[in-house]
This record gives sequence, structure tokens and C-alpha cells, in this order.
Amino acid sequence: MSAHERYGRLETHLRDRRDAGRSLLVPYVTAGVTADWTDYLHAYADAGADAVEVGLPFSDPMLDGPTIQEASHRALSLGATTIDALTRLARARAGIPLAVMTYANIVFRHGATVFCDQLADAGVSGLIVPDVPCDEVDELSTVAADAGIELVLLAAPSTAPSRLRTIAERSRGFVYGVTVMGTTGERAELADSARAVATALRRHSTRPVLLGFGISTPGQAAQASGCADGVVVASSLMREVLSGRGPAEVGASVAALRAGLDAGSAT
Amino acid sequence: MSIDISTPGVDAVAGRSRSLMADPGSAGRFGQFGGRYVPESLVPACEQLEAGFREAWADPAFRSGLARTLSLYAGRPTPVTPTLRLSAELGVTLLLKREDLAHTGSHKINNVLGQALLAKRMGKVRLLAETGAGQHGVASATAAALLGLECVVFMGQRDIERQELNVFRMQLLGATVVPVHSGSRTLKDACNEALRNWVSQVDETHYCAGSVMGPHPYPWMVREFQRVVGEEAREQCAALLPQGQPDVVVACIGGGSNAAGTFAGFVDTNARLVGVEAAGGAAISSGAPGVLHGYRSRVLQDENGQILEAHSISAGLDYPGIGPEHAHLADIGRAEYPSVTDEEVVAAVLRLARTEGIVSALESAHALAWVLREAGTPQLPTDSTVLVTLSGRGDKDAAQLVELL
Ligand SMILES: Cc1ncc(COP(=O)(O)O)c(C=O)c1O
Repeated sequence: MSAHERYGRLETHLRDRRDAGRSLLVPYVTAGVTADWTDYLHAYADAGADAVEVGLPFSDPMLDGPTIQEASHRALSLGATTIDALTRLARARAGIPLAVMTYANIVFRHGATVFCDQLADAGVSGLIVPDVPCDEVDELSTVAADAGIELVLLAAPSTAPSRLRTIAERSRGFVYGVTVMGTTGERAELADSARAVATALRRHSTRPVLLGFGISTPGQAAQASGCADGVVVASSLMREVLSGRGPAEVGASVAALRAGLDAGSAT
Repeated sequence: MSIDISTPGVDAVAGRSRSLMADPGSAGRFGQFGGRYVPESLVPACEQLEAGFREAWADPAFRSGLARTLSLYAGRPTPVTPTLRLSAELGVTLLLKREDLAHTGSHKINNVLGQALLAKRMGKVRLLAETGAGQHGVASATAAALLGLECVVFMGQRDIERQELNVFRMQLLGATVVPVHSGSRTLKDACNEALRNWVSQVDETHYCAGSVMGPHPYPWMVREFQRVVGEEAREQCAALLPQGQPDVVVACIGGGSNAAGTFAGFVDTNARLVGVEAAGGAAISSGAPGVLHGYRSRVLQDENGQILEAHSISAGLDYPGIGPEHAHLADIGRAEYPSVTDEEVVAAVLRLARTEGIVSALESAHALAWVLREAGTPQLPTDSTVLVTLSGRGDKDAAQLVELL
């Protein structure tokens, strides 16, 4: 990493908090999944989230398990669109940085430049596109950087050491360590591969390393905080949202995750 | 015992067509299309497959093993049959490349035997496939049985209902058929599910793509495995036709594998190349550039980038994308991609059955329907010579046809 690299809003925020000794918590919500979905952003922020990952629904989410698939499907059948989601985000003012997660076809539909400018206009800081791996990222990372959007790259348990280095270097905002070889979804235990991915990524960069996929409980979050700078939690929260639990109730689950992380990083 | 089957024709044709329909390089690009848009978890598997395929394809022993299997097991070469009564009625010379006569009843077996032999060589123990019409699933189950591999086939619930016979055939061959209930419950969703499943079993499982789609190296590799269709047809046409080559070469397009294999044999001739899409699944004429199932191509989608459901009478063409190389051939004007309606397709099945005694698959009848529509027009002038790849036989569609007729 160049000494002159200037961190964006998302990364600056996460670094500051991490460097102050805090384990980072990034909960997820699918845009448009309910009429009042932006209320979850506020609930998450109030419950101690450090940033929020907002999923823009796609009809064919290749890397998602049943829960997020259903959330995307529900949002689309309620008429969710990128434009509407971003307009609502712009108005929401959650007070913490936002990173959008979506698939390549949504990003490239009207060109990556248009898309990244729309994100910037909506006040979004980060972008995660799981089906654009680092070999295909050139155009997008340039365009994102020009728009002031931090393009977060993912690393997987199968990623070779030399690629891990590239990913850690080229990622912006944070590095997303995928804990398992599989899709998003709740899992009973934190996989051993999680530790290996996080440890390797941290060796290559001082950038915050967040683990995601399968982290569902405060205990797992605490465990993950032993080897990474923080966690992304999606499916377990979205299961609650899908079952009709409102922002306050799901916010309580985020607070429990926060407590788990705080306890974990204290030990 | 080793028998060298790499006939001069193979290398000569490959050499001649170096610039078009050639090796797309390590990035897997066909012009602006192709690439490898997959989750990071799958990148190493794709890289490993590309290396494995490059090595195998350069290895005469692998090629001869595949060629032997294709001839001794799959029934290659399939003939080119000149039609007699139909040609006379249409006023054009119509020849059929008979992939319906290949083992399991369609061209799909060519690709699958190639991939299954490669998977075995790479130490994989399981084939994972998606299927629409069931032909690719049947071919995968067949190759898996032949080579002692496990086989799991993802199939949309709607297709399971449309293609009962093929579901039974797959099960008979020992494969597990997994119904997919998400989305449109057709081929597109079966692809999603197969790719998701592959992420979790990538070490021991080979994802056996059914067409020239998916992340690099699939579009290229599948085209190379289907190249045999075009190369055989080219030699057979040379022997059958006074002028040596057909004026027009036509094949139906789902993902585009039979068309890609056919075109590969003729891309360096003067023949017009025509890929016929289903009107309700016309990714070239109605789609826009986009990314689906790991590759960039033309894709049926709405203004917001959501993938649209394709609609076709034939399960095998019910797919909103098209192989990236076809999108490129369309871009540069080397091939054309018209579409035909379901009604034209049913009429074509009947006409071929009653004039030539051949019951084609609904998919294949798309190619034929275009010929029936255009014969005698400036598109296909009287006295021209046209080769149609009959990609498969119609037995699987019998139940559906009973309802339609
Ligand atoms: C008989 C037959 N022809 C054609 C197709 C379309 O596939 P492709 O365009 O890849 O050849 C299928 C697909 O299932 C098929 O079964």
C-alpha cells in the first residue's frame, strides 16, 4: 500500500474505530424488502453498527443462499428499483457509512460510471460486487475511485496467497473475507477457514478485515473478532425481517451482536 | 495401444480459423463479451479448469481417447442427410446434420463426453449439471455412468413437468435430479442453483456446463468440444455438394452450443451463418449487454437490470442469455440471429416428419422453421444450398406435442 493512499470515508471511519480498540459490526439489509426498510438503518446505527451493508436486489443472486434470495425476491415483487432505493438512502441519513452490495448486471446496466455517480449522489461510500472478482475489476475500480466510491473486494478460502495480497492491496474501504466455500446463509459454527482467511489478509495489509458469510450469533461474532477486525451479518437478520420483525426487534439482535463483539474483543 | 486420430482436417481447420472462433486467451474475451464474472471462491476452480483443458486439448492422447469414445460409444460421425421431398417443395437444397442420431439423441453428448473425460483426468468424482430440456442432463448422466462418476442434475420444476421422460431417463442412469423452485423454475434458475452448489463442492466436483455459456473457459471449451459437428459437416458437405460448401448454415440457439460447434466448421468459408432464436427468448435481438451466470453477453433484461424470463415452447431454448461468442459474431456481422415463433416451430416439426420421416426436437425445429419461412425469398433464394444442424430428436417432446396438436 502506498504511504500516500488517502482513505475514503468508509475506510477512515472503520480504521479510526478499529484503532480505538473496537471490533467492527456491519449488519445488512435488503433495500425494498419492506415498505419501511430504511428504518432498519437507523435501528442498526442506534444498536452500535459501524456501517451498514445495503443489498440492491437482483433477480439472479448467484452467491446468495435461500434467505437473501427470498429477501431479494420479495423486494423485487414489491417493485424495488435501484433508483428508488438510492433516493430513499439519500433521504435516510443513517449517520454511519453505507456500502451497497449488488451484482454486476445492476452495476453495468447503464454503465459503471452512471451507477457509481448515483451511489455518490445518494451518500453511499462503499460498493461490493461479489461477481466481479479482482481480474475483472479494472474498469470498475477506476470508475468507482473517480466517483469517490470505495470498491470492496472479497477474498475466499480458496484464494491463493498471491491473489490474497492483490485483493488486500486493491480493496478499498475494507477487505471482505468470505469465511466459507459456499453461499450466504446461517451456519451452526464459524468455519476454521474463516481464521485462515482473516489471518492471511491481515498479514498483507493494515486495511480493516471483516469476515462475513455464516456469522449469525453473538458468540460467532465474538469468535470472529479474535482473528479479524469485525464482521458482516446478513442472513440471520434478514430471516428476522422476513418473518415480520420490525426495526426495534431486529435492532435488538444487532445490539446483542454488538455486545458479543465487545465481550470478544475484551478477552 | 495408442491410435492417433488427430486427422489433418482437424488441425488444418483450427489453423485456418485462427482469427475468428479461436482461443479467446486467458481473459476469455470475445470482443467485449465473455470473461469470468464469478465469486472469488470459484476463480481458482475456473483457473484450474482452464489449465486442465489447455493441457488436455494439446495432448494427442486425450484427443484420441475422446475421438474413440465419440465414435465407438456415441455413434460419430453422424451423417449429413440430403432431404429429397422437402428440398423439392422448397426449391432449395436442404441438408441436415443429424445430431439426432448421436447417442442419447442430441448434440449434447459431444460436449459432455469431452467434459467428463476431462473431469476424470483432473481427479473429480462428481458431475454437476443444469438442464432445461433434459438433453444435457441425460447426456451428463450417461457420461457419468460410463466413466463411474456421480451425477447431480439441477432442473427447474416447470421443465421437470414438461420433460417427464428425460427426468426418468436421468434417474434410470443413476443420476440425482434436483428440482429448482426459485424464479421462473426453468433453465436460468437451474443454472443459478448449479453454480451456487458448485461453490460448496468445488474440490471434488466438476461443473459440467450444458452450453457455450458460463465463466471462462466454458464458452470456449464447450465450443471446442462441439467443433466436431461443424468439422464433420464441412467434410461431408464437400463430398455431397457439387460446389463443395453450402451457401447458408443454420442452427438453433439456446445457449448456442450446437450453433457454435456448427459455425466453427464454416466460419472461414463464405457461408452465411444463421443462428435461430426463439421469439420469446431472443437475447441477441431483444437483449442488452449484461452479465449473467458468470459471463458478459447479451441478456434479456429490464430497464433496471433485472433478468427477464424467456418464453419458448421448447425447454431447451427457454434461456435469457446467449453464449458470449455469438454476441460477438453478431456485433461484427459474421453471423445473423433471427427468431421464429412457437407456431412456426410446431409447423416445422410436422412438415419435416411428413416429408422426410424425421421427428426433430422442438429446439432443432427452430432452425428448420426459419428455412421454411425464408425459402424462396431474398433471405434464402431459390436454388441456394442450406445446411441445418438438426440438434436432436423429438421423442422427448412427444407428450407436449400430443397436447399441442
Ligand atoms: C435438442 C436440443 N437442441 C438445442 C438445444 C439448445 O442448446 P444449444 O443452443 O446450446 O445447442 C437443446 C438444449 O437443451 C436441445 O436439447
